[in-house]
Amino acid sequence: MSKYVIVGASAAGIGAVEAIRDVDPVGSITVISEELCPQYSRPMISDFVSGKATFQKMMCREDDFWNKNNVQALTGRTATSLNFTEKYVALDKGERVSYEKLLIATGGKPFVPKMEGTDKEGVFTFTSISDAERLAAKLENSKNAVVIGAGLIGVSVTEALVKRGLNVTIVELQEKILSLLLDSKGSDIIENVMRKAGVTIITGQSVQRIVGKPENDRSVGSVILTKGDQIPCDAVIVAIGVVPRTELVTGTEVKLNRGIIVDNYMQTNVPDVYASGDVAETYDFTLNQNRLLPLWPLAVAEGKVAGCNMAGKKTEYSGGTNMSSLKYFGIPVISIGITNPKEETAYEILVKHEPEKNLYKKVVLKDNMIIGITLVNDVERAGTLFHLMKNRINVKKFKHELISENFSLAMLPAGLRKTMCLGCA
Amino acid sequence: MKRIIANEEVCMGCGLCEVYCTVQHSKSKDIVKAYNKESPRPISRVRLEVAKPVSFAIQCRNCEDAPCVSACLSGAMTKDEKTGLVTHNKDKCIGCWTCVMVCPYGALKTDVSGKVVAKCDLCQELETPACVANCPNRALTVKEVKP
Repeated sequence: MSKYVIVGASAAGIGAVEAIRDVDPVGSITVISEELCPQYSRPMISDFVSGKATFQKMMCREDDFWNKNNVQALTGRTATSLNFTEKYVALDKGERVSYEKLLIATGGKPFVPKMEGTDKEGVFTFTSISDAERLAAKLENSKNAVVIGAGLIGVSVTEALVKRGLNVTIVELQEKILSLLLDSKGSDIIENVMRKAGVTIITGQSVQRIVGKPENDRSVGSVILTKGDQIPCDAVIVAIGVVPRTELVTGTEVKLNRGIIVDNYMQTNVPDVYASGDVAETYDFTLNQNRLLPLWPLAVAEGKVAGCNMAGKKTEYSGGTNMSSLKYFGIPVISIGITNPKEETAYEILVKHEPEKNLYKKVVLKDNMIIGITLVNDVERAGTLFHLMKNRINVKKFKHELISENFSLAMLPAGLRKTMCLGCA
Repeated sequence: MKRIIANEEVCMGCGLCEVYCTVQHSKSKDIVKAYNKESPRPISRVRLEVAKPVSFAIQCRNCEDAPCVSACLSGAMTKDEKTGLVTHNKDKCIGCWTCVMVCPYGALKTDVSGKVVAKCDLCQELETPACVANCPNRALTVKEVKP
């Protein structure tokens, strides 16, 4: 019997443990994780592959995090089923862990499309440290890699592979890379720096099948694209995206859409059962609706909200949105909210574009409120813009300064300056 | 915990806060050497915000529920439970700028290396932070607050 049981010990699980301990220093916590050492930063797996970070550097919490927080960490274990009537989690070897409050923080798993050849040796997904370790080992004797998918994960693994000296071809079904984050002006800048680094970018196509080597069909030898081109390679990284790991609740009374449906207290429809992180559909304040937002910082924040509520401190989630900060081939990029609206006439769009400096700034306004932010190669003011956006501040009086070099907190209305900057509680 | 409070009514916008912050975070701690000899020159952790006639200086607020700590991908940004200080570990920082994305104050800056974040540390080795001690018109003051 454990007062709190958490299935999954990555971002959301870690956030939940910290929040529970803030509220309840003594209630027993059990965490179940398939991984042996789960408190590492998943976004850093590319740094592991490139050689920039050791596994030790990837520890995003102290080595004794579980002990220090008096958590019973069942690592290397799998939760196999849930029983909401008797309130327990069944584990792989048949044991049961009873709970008073349960958090499902099982995260996501890489999406691998149905395609011939994905079972060959040399095909990798890229979301966990074990993926990264397998890939890093393979690179010792690889020369050419194909990355399928040019989103967050695909571009970051591409950079790691380039740093390891491989020839990389990245294949993206959309017409531009990073299409969920950037418009074409923004992605052009990143495409250019990638090409300069030697990456071959193929857009508007996908990989149709993966073909074995002539001498060994079990091992990756090339990929064939939708238009028929064949690209020789010895490693293929599938980085199309992640899907929620909902298998634990499939067929139970927990309501599911694409992910687990939760309210703003991270509660599911089943009493005492909460969900957070990549497995849950959480509130997007830009779209004013819940949806999958599989992003590390949001998962931590959602886990904290779940933890507070599980421990009895009623806490409402203020919401997240599609927001990412990245650095690709030395160029910092921050993208938040609706950065590339389809019907441009419905919005006011402020743009500063200096491609020779790799500089691009774009703020999307609706009714004088910020709903989208793109900053490429000058990101220092991102947080203030994000604050104005999230708090729906009317920026009419200073909107033309938002993308200027001179933008400053001193431009904010006096009332906002006082509450935000000067008094500061 | 100390918190630095800015009073825009008496700020002259002279920028000495930035100068003395730079000196305090230099190797020599000497204003002439820091500005003329140290290359690259250390950056100021405090930022003078100007939109004339308004000006004031701002640095890390050590927020109670610090968004930078929660968002940090690598665990470099932590909040000391006892002192309330938000502390940044350069060795763990990966320069992803996720903290920059969520700090309302723009208090996190790119360090001179371009690879990690630099932030106010409230001048731990000084009785009074350098920006406060050297503000000629007492537009910056220190208030003791509960961590």
